[in-house]
Amino acid sequence: MINDKYYNRRYVISGIAVVIVLVYIIKLFIVQIIDQSTKEQADNNALVRQTIYPSRGLIYDRNGELLVFNQPIYDITLVLREMGKDFDTLAFCDILDINQEDFNNRIKEISNKRKNRGFSRYTPQVFMSQLTKADVAPLQESLYRFPGVALRKRTLRDYTYKAAAQALGSVGEVNQKDLDRDKYYVLGDYSGRDGIEKTYESILRGIKGEEILMRDSRGRLQGHYKDGKFDTPAQAGTDLTLTIDIQLQLLAEQLLTGKIGSVVAIEPSTGEILAMASSPTWNPQLLVGKVRSANYNMLLQDNTKPLLNRATQATYSPGSTFKVLQSLVCLQEGGITPNTKYSCNGPRSTPIKCTHNHGSPVSLEEAIEQSCNPYFWCAFRDMLQKDGYGDKNEIFRKRYQLWRDDILQFGLGQRFNESDIAEQSSGSIPTIAYYDRYYGKTGWKAITIRSLSIGQGEVLVTPLQLANEAAIIANSGYYITPHLNKDFPVESNKNTTSINPKYFPIVQDGMNRVMTHGTGRWYQIDSIQSCGKTGTVQNPHGKDHAIFIGFAPKENPQIAIAVVVENAGFGATWAAPVASLIMEQYLTDTIKRTWLRDRIANSILNEDVKEW
Amino acid sequence: MSRNGSILKNLDWTTILIFLGLTFFGWLNIYGASYNFEQSSIFDFFNRAGKQFVWIISALFLGGIILLIDAKTYDLFAYILYAIMIVVLLITPLLAHNVKGSYSWITIGPISLQPAEFAKCITALALAKYMGRYEYHYRGWKDLYIPMAIIGLPMAIIMLLQRETGTALVFAAFLLVFYRQGMSGLVLWGGILAAIIFVIVVRFSIWPAIILLTICFGLLAWRTWKIKRYYKWLVLLAFIVYIGFSAACDVVFTKVLQPHQRVRIEVLLGMKDDPSGAGYNVAQSMIAIGSGRFFGKGYLQGTQTKLHFVPEQDTDFIFCTVGEEWGFVGSAGVLILYLIFILRLIAIAERQRDNFSQIYCYSVASIFMTHLIINVGMVLGLLPVIGIPLPFFSYGGSSMIGFSLLLFILLKLDATRVEKLH
Repeated sequence: MINDKYYNRRYVISGIAVVIVLVYIIKLFIVQIIDQSTKEQADNNALVRQTIYPSRGLIYDRNGELLVFNQPIYDITLVLREMGKDFDTLAFCDILDINQEDFNNRIKEISNKRKNRGFSRYTPQVFMSQLTKADVAPLQESLYRFPGVALRKRTLRDYTYKAAAQALGSVGEVNQKDLDRDKYYVLGDYSGRDGIEKTYESILRGIKGEEILMRDSRGRLQGHYKDGKFDTPAQAGTDLTLTIDIQLQLLAEQLLTGKIGSVVAIEPSTGEILAMASSPTWNPQLLVGKVRSANYNMLLQDNTKPLLNRATQATYSPGSTFKVLQSLVCLQEGGITPNTKYSCNGPRSTPIKCTHNHGSPVSLEEAIEQSCNPYFWCAFRDMLQKDGYGDKNEIFRKRYQLWRDDILQFGLGQRFNESDIAEQSSGSIPTIAYYDRYYGKTGWKAITIRSLSIGQGEVLVTPLQLANEAAIIANSGYYITPHLNKDFPVESNKNTTSINPKYFPIVQDGMNRVMTHGTGRWYQIDSIQSCGKTGTVQNPHGKDHAIFIGFAPKENPQIAIAVVVENAGFGATWAAPVASLIMEQYLTDTIKRTWLRDRIANSILNEDVKEW
Repeated sequence: MSRNGSILKNLDWTTILIFLGLTFFGWLNIYGASYNFEQSSIFDFFNRAGKQFVWIISALFLGGIILLIDAKTYDLFAYILYAIMIVVLLITPLLAHNVKGSYSWITIGPISLQPAEFAKCITALALAKYMGRYEYHYRGWKDLYIPMAIIGLPMAIIMLLQRETGTALVFAAFLLVFYRQGMSGLVLWGGILAAIIFVIVVRFSIWPAIILLTICFGLLAWRTWKIKRYYKWLVLLAFIVYIGFSAACDVVFTKVLQPHQRVRIEVLLGMKDDPSGAGYNVAQSMIAIGSGRFFGKGYLQGTQTKLHFVPEQDTDFIFCTVGEEWGFVGSAGVLILYLIFILRLIAIAERQRDNFSQIYCYSVASIFMTHLIINVGMVLGLLPVIGIPLPFFSYGGSSMIGFSLLLFILLKLDATRVEKLH
């Protein structure tokens, strides 16, 4: 049109269009290219990542007997938003055999954000958990009638034998610490809480799989994303074969019935733990599933402390069993020779009296056989004082350090860090600093620490360490780190003591004499030469602890053992027969002395011990 | 020379090509948006893409007929059509069912129609007829009373009786036509300023709005000081009016608006940041678009739109599918194509030689522009959630035919612009 005075306004209008489209393109650029957060949100949105739980690795004993396996359980989950108004609560309750009130209460509980922080109407919430297949079967058939309801299958542990509860450990829900430490876990996952289950958690648990399902905005699943191209199957956990011989373990636990104590048996040549029993114990089924926390609390409150793995966590003074180590260290470091004899004045001996009745003077072998206290005090004293005390006791202190270092080589006073035993105490061999603190730098001498010579006083060991000590003597000077997994590397875990191997036969002979003539003579195994040492340990908690260490056969030893029976009295009376029976069972596969087995097994030494 | 031959020769093929391009691409995306991972044919009449195909064919058929009808017919029958339209709009709410709170759909057999979609075209004709009269000259406000009434009547019916606020809002597009015809620019800029003030008041508080107004009017007063003395009084008056407006917004927003209306506005302004709550639509829309990145996920590969995360994904939020599946390249491409389309329509409007055609063509350009701005602005979270379709893209027979009607009448008028002078 001609002479249009508003002609320029076409540019204003076009300009508005151009500017706005430009603004929109900039916004698109920001949203699609600069802002990275939307991609992630989109993935979470449309794709449901559903975890597929792998089945946990099975656990076998050394002979291939199945010990631990899995039982399937089911959780019922609800997505509240999907349930809708027409949800047939009545039928649902009917099928699950619950009443409407329970249902309403549970829904209220789930919806309470303060109790259930992960609550969302859009995601599955656990309505009932850990139901058996029989419980959920009726629901499974009519699942289609209940929108938003789903079953989630998981597995729990199940056990073939009521044995080895402490060694095997248990599986429970992960805690906050686990969640922070390991990204693998999410809340509600299970993991090994103690024992073997804990040590080998990373291989037993397997690898979770994931299926990626598509979901629309109402949460309805629409099938596998890209036909399952990105799904990853769950990888079942690795099965584990233990070094435990379940028959031996059962026997050990049977023999400890009614007693507080523990047994550790080791194959000396390999460090394999053949049996590891701690009494009182419990049926491992108790710590599975729904009942776990209630039962755990009950066990926790039992004043006999069944949850403590006494085999590896309880510490005792080794008593006379320590004398075999004393012999070796004193021979090695000088102070005595294989021919040294000391006189014994029996009960009148000073500073330590002898509790046994034997001739005098005694040789080392006789001293071991008779567990002669004066001999070992003299030997210990002479070893420490060999070069005198020196200026400010410097020489003496060096000798003590030498002694302590040698003792530590036997695996005492420290945890077996390379071992796969989750729960261990380190025990203790007193340091120079310890005595310095007590007596002052120059305030202590051999006489001050005389009780160490007979394994009393400040020295503390665990039954595991005692069994290992027996294994070292059986091996004439080395041990393989004691362990529970059959695949444990043996060669790289060999530890050799600096004790000259030539000294071992003397001690072995002494220990053999214990079994033939000494305190263990009542518990010889027919036709098998065994070696042992009893110990009767004074303690502040009542009657003496009965302790025994030993191995058999004398030549080419197959089993080394330590037995502790708390507050039982003489080591020879209670610990030696237990060890003897276990060695018999292991070496001959049978027990001829059934009367002995039954007598020991039926003896209730502690009324408080409950059978869980 | 046959008339048909001249029509084909004089048609603006650029516009037609863009129209066909947009329609075809839109159709593909409707199939994409309603595609549910269960392979069904794009021609399956039971799915939306199949139905849309029928609508497209119908629209093209209708377009063909329009091209055959004498261009003078539209001028001639404009008022009669307008009267019929008003009647239809009035009776619609009586016949309509409640569809998501609106009463704008009439169901005839298997077909549902939304008369309001055709009202835009007819209103444009009536407006063009009135303002295109030889005697009509824009001289001042009083010359806009009747044009205002022409667009205000259907707008009021649609908004108040049919409760289709979005469609009613499109009638504001005619303000651009008035502006082109000589309406004071103050109305346009004043309106824009009012919108900005509203956002500031609702989003923040009244004080930043007052500061902004003070600065704007301060500058205006300084610029106009020397021109005429009474101007400064006018400026002061306007300033007071805007301050009053700010206060009114404050009161209306907090006291007068219904909660759901307030929520919509709050969501738009980013005040409520709750992805599963009221802001859900926009949040999902943004996630869908954003997840497309630069090249998109590929046709039919979008997970967001397909899995029904975005509501109205094949109607009002169809642009999401474009964003998700075709990425920045595709969505920016579509916007640019639309821009070219609109600029082309403006150019066509400008080359008309009679007032009726020019006003009508401007109306068409403005309506498309308004639809594009409101729809895409909504999808991108820049404007409130106002449910209006994206022309040629959104699924829907009424809108497809309504927009084609608008466009083909424009094409016919343009093709015969030379003839008309003879």
